[in-house]
Amino acid sequence: MSIRRPQVVVFDYGSGNVHSAVKALERAGADVELTSDRKAALEADGLVVPGVGAFAAVMESLEAARGGELVDKRLAGGRPVLGICVGMQVLFERGVERGVEAEGLGEWPGTVEELQAPVLPHMGWNTVEPDAGSILFDGIEDERFYFVHSYAASDWSLQVEPPFPQPRLTWATHGGRFLAAVENGPLSATQFHPEKSGEAGIRLLSNWLTSLGSD
Amino acid sequence: MSLAVRVIPCLDVADGRVVKGVNFQNLADAGDPVELAARYAEQGADELTFLDVTATVESRGTTYDVVTRTAEQVFVPLTVGGGVRSAEDVARLLGSGADKIGVNSAAIRRPDLVGEIADRFGAQVVVLSLDVTRAGSAPSGFVVTTHGGRTVTRIDALEWAREAIERGAGELLVNSIDADGTKNGFDLELIEAMRAVSTVPVIASGGAGEPAHFAPAIRAGADAVLAASVFHSGQLSIGDVKSAMKDEGIGVR
Repeated sequence: MSIRRPQVVVFDYGSGNVHSAVKALERAGADVELTSDRKAALEADGLVVPGVGAFAAVMESLEAARGGELVDKRLAGGRPVLGICVGMQVLFERGVERGVEAEGLGEWPGTVEELQAPVLPHMGWNTVEPDAGSILFDGIEDERFYFVHSYAASDWSLQVEPPFPQPRLTWATHGGRFLAAVENGPLSATQFHPEKSGEAGIRLLSNWLTSLGSD
Repeated sequence: MSLAVRVIPCLDVADGRVVKGVNFQNLADAGDPVELAARYAEQGADELTFLDVTATVESRGTTYDVVTRTAEQVFVPLTVGGGVRSAEDVARLLGSGADKIGVNSAAIRRPDLVGEIADRFGAQVVVLSLDVTRAGSAPSGFVVTTHGGRTVTRIDALEWAREAIERGAGELLVNSIDADGTKNGFDLELIEAMRAVSTVPVIASGGAGEPAHFAPAIRAGADAVLAASVFHSGQLSIGDVKSAMKDEGIGVR
């Protein structure tokens, strides 16, 4: 372990309340900058893409800030990116909200759709079923995390061939089963809000920070 | 496994201070909402709610500051309500670090407010707060009140809940004015009636006095329970409430 704290940029593209994400990452041990500066975002050890609101609106703001290109560039260099909530959803090919279909960044195949449950939004603390090899959930497999969303990806169809590592999928259930988190090489994402998930959330962010630069 | 029932303490805040008596041991400053919020989060509060009861517009600046300082230290969701009149008020509160916004009287006066907030920030931000009392004149037997229960309207509470959900409310905070302060338990009929019309989460409030009161509210259909004075007085802790519900087979965090 180096003594230097990991440098993290929270991408600032006008997405709602990012205050807590910044503070939680600091608590987890990072030096955090909230910025839309591309150079800083490209060079940071880790980039966090938050997202609150409607899929289409988040995509619009993200593309206006050339966020897709930024994520692509980082991934091409194997540099870690973490999407949170709608910041996870936009990594899929498309989202359908209230009948409106919008293009996503398409890093992963699949569509983000409304959950089938009697009560929506799915709001509150739920359990997850982490992948056995998960780094993010190491030591917090049995904790609950704070979700607030009505849409999610419920299918995973990306096949990864060796020598690339298999994606680690973590599921949760509300009505049906959906993806609570994905760890796919340098690209990770959580549907829940680690920055609102108390000590368990801080631990998850700390697990992510520990993984930075180790890939 | 499924969602845990949420236990939510509510703090009344004015001019940056907690206004109702708080009786905790070992607090450096029993009137500091930030310190209290942190203490409740440590005790296992699943969310926190601040109700801004500030009288004047000028002193609201202190509320934004309290919200920011809380969000910097407390990593559970924070709802802020009280005096929210416009999407601009919401933008400022969210920008200060709030996660959800409670709207009450202003939405009754101008129902478009609900949709304006939901369109701009998402339905998950809008907590429709209803202060409800029983009234034989209303079709459902329940009407909404304003001004903290002092003004009784003729608006049917269930009709209003249904309309607000249609307009974009993402959650209902249902406070029984009749039960509030009695410590005799929640108004279970009100909770059941709200559950029957609501497709969004329902938070039950008003009447909690002992740990055994909470499980019936959940069985009546509440997704979350909110209380103020029983927590502040030290009469009940978050842990007491959770273990009582757990003993009844209800999932808690």
